[in-house]
Amino acid sequence: MTILGHGGLSACRGRTLKTMRIKERCYQWIFTVLAFSSLFFLVGIIIVLFREALPIFSKVKVGDFLLGQAWYPTYDPPEFGILPLILASVWVSLGAMVVCVPLGVGSALYLNELASHRQKAILKPLVEILAGVPSIVYGFFGMVILAPFLQNALHLSIGLCLFTASLTLGIMATPTVCSIAEDALSYVPLSFREASFAVGANRWQTLTRVVIPAAGSGISTAIILGMSRAIGETMTVLMVAGGAAVIPHSPFDPVRPMTSAIAAEMGEAPMGSDHYHALFAIALVLFLITFLFNIIAELISSRFRVKLGLSG
Amino acid sequence: MKKDLTQQIGFAFLFLCIILTVLFLAAILLFVTVKGFRVISWEFLTQGPRNAMTEGGVAPAIVGTLYLTLGAILFSFPLGLACAIYLCEYSPKSYVVNIIRISINNLAGVPSVVFGLFGLAVFVKFFHFGISILSGSLTLGILVLPVIISATQEALLAVPQSIREASLALGATKWETIKKIVLPAALPGILTGVILSIGRVAGETAPILFTAAAFYRKGYPDSIFSEVMALPYHIYALMTEGVHPEKQTAIAYGCCLILLVLVLMVSLVAVVIRQRQRSLSHG
Repeated sequence: MTILGHGGLSACRGRTLKTMRIKERCYQWIFTVLAFSSLFFLVGIIIVLFREALPIFSKVKVGDFLLGQAWYPTYDPPEFGILPLILASVWVSLGAMVVCVPLGVGSALYLNELASHRQKAILKPLVEILAGVPSIVYGFFGMVILAPFLQNALHLSIGLCLFTASLTLGIMATPTVCSIAEDALSYVPLSFREASFAVGANRWQTLTRVVIPAAGSGISTAIILGMSRAIGETMTVLMVAGGAAVIPHSPFDPVRPMTSAIAAEMGEAPMGSDHYHALFAIALVLFLITFLFNIIAELISSRFRVKLGLSG
Repeated sequence: MKKDLTQQIGFAFLFLCIILTVLFLAAILLFVTVKGFRVISWEFLTQGPRNAMTEGGVAPAIVGTLYLTLGAILFSFPLGLACAIYLCEYSPKSYVVNIIRISINNLAGVPSVVFGLFGLAVFVKFFHFGISILSGSLTLGILVLPVIISATQEALLAVPQSIREASLALGATKWETIKKIVLPAALPGILTGVILSIGRVAGETAPILFTAAAFYRKGYPDSIFSEVMALPYHIYALMTEGVHPEKQTAIAYGCCLILLVLVLMVSLVAVVIRQRQRSLSHG
């Protein structure tokens, strides 16, 4: 393929033309190489995680690591069972979903279907801005305000527990779920709605039986991405979940999700020790879980685009 | 009639959803603002901490956050820009685009603490940068790369195809067209993306936990190889370490407020630019 245009440039003298062509080639190569940087970093992360995690599996079997019920990395002999951490992550994230899915999707439906132009002009940027509030602020809020409040209101023995963590995380994820769901709703063509009105449906019926099913896979993408983010969220759960590495028996037990175990313990684990490698192995498990969620979200959203006749 | 009643109940529920969302968030902002405002003073903004973090200010943490953010953007902006230019302008084969797009999406979904571990293993350990501004900035830069790429891509796609064709028809080369026509036209959009990513980087804590942050450091950092204090980490440290919880909580409120103002101002600017851009292109 020649990169140069035809017409005007053919008037250039041969030598300049040649150098220009080389220059163009160079630029194209530079951009091509740099474009692969995200793939490079992603592969780099995978390699580093595997490299630093594998040594632990010569000491502990993969099955014992994933399903072991005791996480005592600093005891002698140490025990590396991460089931309590996995369960904590799963329960906290599911709890957060209970809060942020109805709120986020409900808000998105309101913004896209019911809000007047003026309301939308205020609320939409507001939600976008709030999605940018750093997670440490939510963690701080959960720790200083929400936990003591819940402890008093529900007569709990400890305020920092699974329930508080779920609630804080749910509030935090709501704007994100809302923005992604809102995007999905805005892709539903107006003609779908008009057709529904034309056969006598009212706005609510149109919403529940036409718009939501049409945007369904987009909304599920929003929910999956929200879940993936909730599992990977670190600072909030580190500050609010309580930190006890035991399998939770009630929503009001303190827990230690995978992310907070890594963040809390990495500073104390001597480099190259079993504990260090075990923490990398937790990160590997975490990475694989979120990777899976992202791939599922990717598959669903590509089907969604085809369904609504959008390009790509 | 029943139909209308269901509709009213349904709409009321949706209204409740948005009200609750906004209320929760308003409550957080209100608490932080009111309580944080009490401790903020000129001294708080310009001096270092004293007496085992119970008195004095947080100036080194503010400066540290600025350094880390600046470093991250300096690293990831050129990369992100180049990637977006390749994807939008050089229109490579579709499977190449797909591979790059999928890796960008997945990179965006990697938990922030995993970036922290990556930074620890690669920059701190393997390259021997140590716990430093350099390690932290590079880690944050990788984290924010997907944000910059997607924002820049959006900005480039918004430039009408016709002006590219006009430029090529006048005899400009591809690179000349990109440099002199496409990039200037896309500049506001690209800036918005960069600004938004500044907000994201400034508030991240987990990636700098093991790569850059120090609980206390005397004075300001003097090279890119020194540890830094940073606002988000400072909040965490104040809440989890030390022996004077009450005094430390008050200071943490102040830090939260500064961080919020920093991040929200930055994203407000971005949203305003984008809003103006949108109304221009629709009007």
